[in-house]
Amino acid sequence: MQFDQFLQYLISGLTSGSIYALIALGFTLIHNSTQLINFAQGEFVMLGGLIAVSLYSAVGLPLVVAVLLSVIIVTIIGIVFERTAIRPLKNTSVITLIIVTVGASILMKNIAMILWGRDAQALPTFSGDKPIQFLGASVTPQAIWVILVTIATVVLLQLFYKRTIIGKAMKACAINPSAARLMGINTSSIVMLSFALSAGFGAMAGVLITPISMTSYSVGGFLGLKGFAGAVLGGLDNPVGAVVGGITLGILESLSIGFIDSGYKDAIAFLILLMVLFIRPSGILGARVREKV
Amino acid sequence: MRKWISILLVLSLALFALGCQGSTKEAASSSGTTEANKEPYKIGAVVSATGPSSPLGLPEKNTLELEVEKINKAGGINGHKLELIIEDDQSDAKNAVTAVSKLIDKEKVIAVIAATISPSSIAVKPEIAKAKIPQMAMAAGIPITQDDPKEWVFRTANSDAVAVQKVIDYLSKDLKVKKIAILSDTNAFGQSGTDEFKKLAPKAGLDIVIVERYQTQDTNMTAQLTKIKGTDAEALVVWGTNPGPAQAAKNMKELGMTIPYVGSHGIANKTFIQLAGGAAEGVVFPAGKVLVPSSAKGEQAEVINKFMSDYKAKYNENPNSFAGHAYDAINILAEALKKAGTSDGVKLRDAIEKTSGFVGITGIFNYSKDNHDGTGADDMVMIEIKEGKWVEKK
Repeated sequence: MQFDQFLQYLISGLTSGSIYALIALGFTLIHNSTQLINFAQGEFVMLGGLIAVSLYSAVGLPLVVAVLLSVIIVTIIGIVFERTAIRPLKNTSVITLIIVTVGASILMKNIAMILWGRDAQALPTFSGDKPIQFLGASVTPQAIWVILVTIATVVLLQLFYKRTIIGKAMKACAINPSAARLMGINTSSIVMLSFALSAGFGAMAGVLITPISMTSYSVGGFLGLKGFAGAVLGGLDNPVGAVVGGITLGILESLSIGFIDSGYKDAIAFLILLMVLFIRPSGILGARVREKV
Repeated sequence: MRKWISILLVLSLALFALGCQGSTKEAASSSGTTEANKEPYKIGAVVSATGPSSPLGLPEKNTLELEVEKINKAGGINGHKLELIIEDDQSDAKNAVTAVSKLIDKEKVIAVIAATISPSSIAVKPEIAKAKIPQMAMAAGIPITQDDPKEWVFRTANSDAVAVQKVIDYLSKDLKVKKIAILSDTNAFGQSGTDEFKKLAPKAGLDIVIVERYQTQDTNMTAQLTKIKGTDAEALVVWGTNPGPAQAAKNMKELGMTIPYVGSHGIANKTFIQLAGGAAEGVVFPAGKVLVPSSAKGEQAEVINKFMSDYKAKYNENPNSFAGHAYDAINILAEALKKAGTSDGVKLRDAIEKTSGFVGITGIFNYSKDNHDGTGADDMVMIEIKEGKWVEKK
């Protein structure tokens, strides 16, 4: 194995890993505020990509506007979803709500199939597709976009948690919802906010991914699963862990193609995931230190 | 005990009532169709008119309706009109089996055109063989005509094995390469294509140096391609259906790979060109002649052009190769019926086996007792994508 080949595997893994990380982030945000696993998370990714495609090619908006608008629209869909499907069932068990998210994901998938058809659709890359050579490996500009946006998101999210009142309130809700409510934090708006953010992150993953790998009505399940695995690997309750988990999963997949066999890629990645969970059930960064807020 | 007996009684009554309902319906439908002086020949068809494979199944349904209308307008078969009963399997093999039992038991069809996709075509084989009537399959999966029961099934699509052979001929005779890499989908299509390559390539002196795989939904294939780039393969064969092969074409360009890209017949549609964009340039793949009608010669050119204009006149769009598979299925069946002069299953099957030199859309069909595939590598052409258009590769 030559160094340039190894580097190429790393870059390849980092690109898909960043996508998984953004999706994983959405899982942790909702899990933190509600203890829910939102199985419709992958559908936000799918919607983000497809809405951007329509705004760009059918409506004819400039790419940047189409992409930003798509993220906003999906964020609103996330809020509507929380308002109509989650909030009315507030007093039921978590498992009922999880089943609601499964139902919502099927509904969104089918609506998308009717609206956009079954064929895959693509978006142009944000800044050309001329690969950049880096120590003998090639990186596409779009991959750099994916990685940079992921890093920026994590940094901003950390600042949001540490520096803003709403961020601190969200953290408080995550640690102890009833205590937070007693302290005068409006927990139901926090839940809504976390749905909005996770839908937004999902959509962002969707618009970033579409120029690289295309999108279609059916990508949600597959990407949702990868994102979920990343979140579990890193620790379902820790946003930084989710990002670390997502990227780790991407790199593991890519290296297993290089060193073992591409046919077993998913199996190997999930085997390692299981092993990590066996040794450390809370995920890589899952053991959270309860801090004073 | 008494409770159980009463439940059984109620159940059997219910079943009886249902049975009656079924038979009255049947009586009504058969009395409604005896306007012609001779009993019509009932032909069943199972297509994927809805579901993920509807881009294949819908044109087939359209074509079957169009062709039956044409045959009946021309006086039918020896005075018998054709009655076509189409069922939709929603791209699901389980539904196909239910549909076929209904066609056989309730409608008493004399032959079944089934199905659009390989899993459905394979799933309905035992049912049709048990009824001892012919099956015309429109799908390409190798096991359709290779695995038992196979005496009753014929195919009108070019078999996957034919497509693989065509690609191997192209690699060894035209490109004159010795070492190839394969990148295939992990689904049934990619798997059976890869197996066929492993079987046929050594016979043409081709060495498969590496086989890599991807998942249908994978977002990135640079890792697999990096591995291939590290070998001394002189050409890359990509075996899958959209969007995977388009992804591979894009990733190849990113990695600066320059070896020839040869695709499967799974990318013989405009979607591939749309998805791969500039990366589609120079990609070569095998396909039926209907894709580039100018590649057909003589009588077949006439048949293709006539069909294309008939189809366009009725449905206002160009037929694709799947429409061609349906055209061949119904017309081969009609011709065999004419020759057999009876709707008897065994005689009809024997008549289909005697089909020779039938000029169809997918190729020139020659069936025999041991060959239920009908077409061969000559019936496909290699097509190159040039400036976003299909051009015959000569």
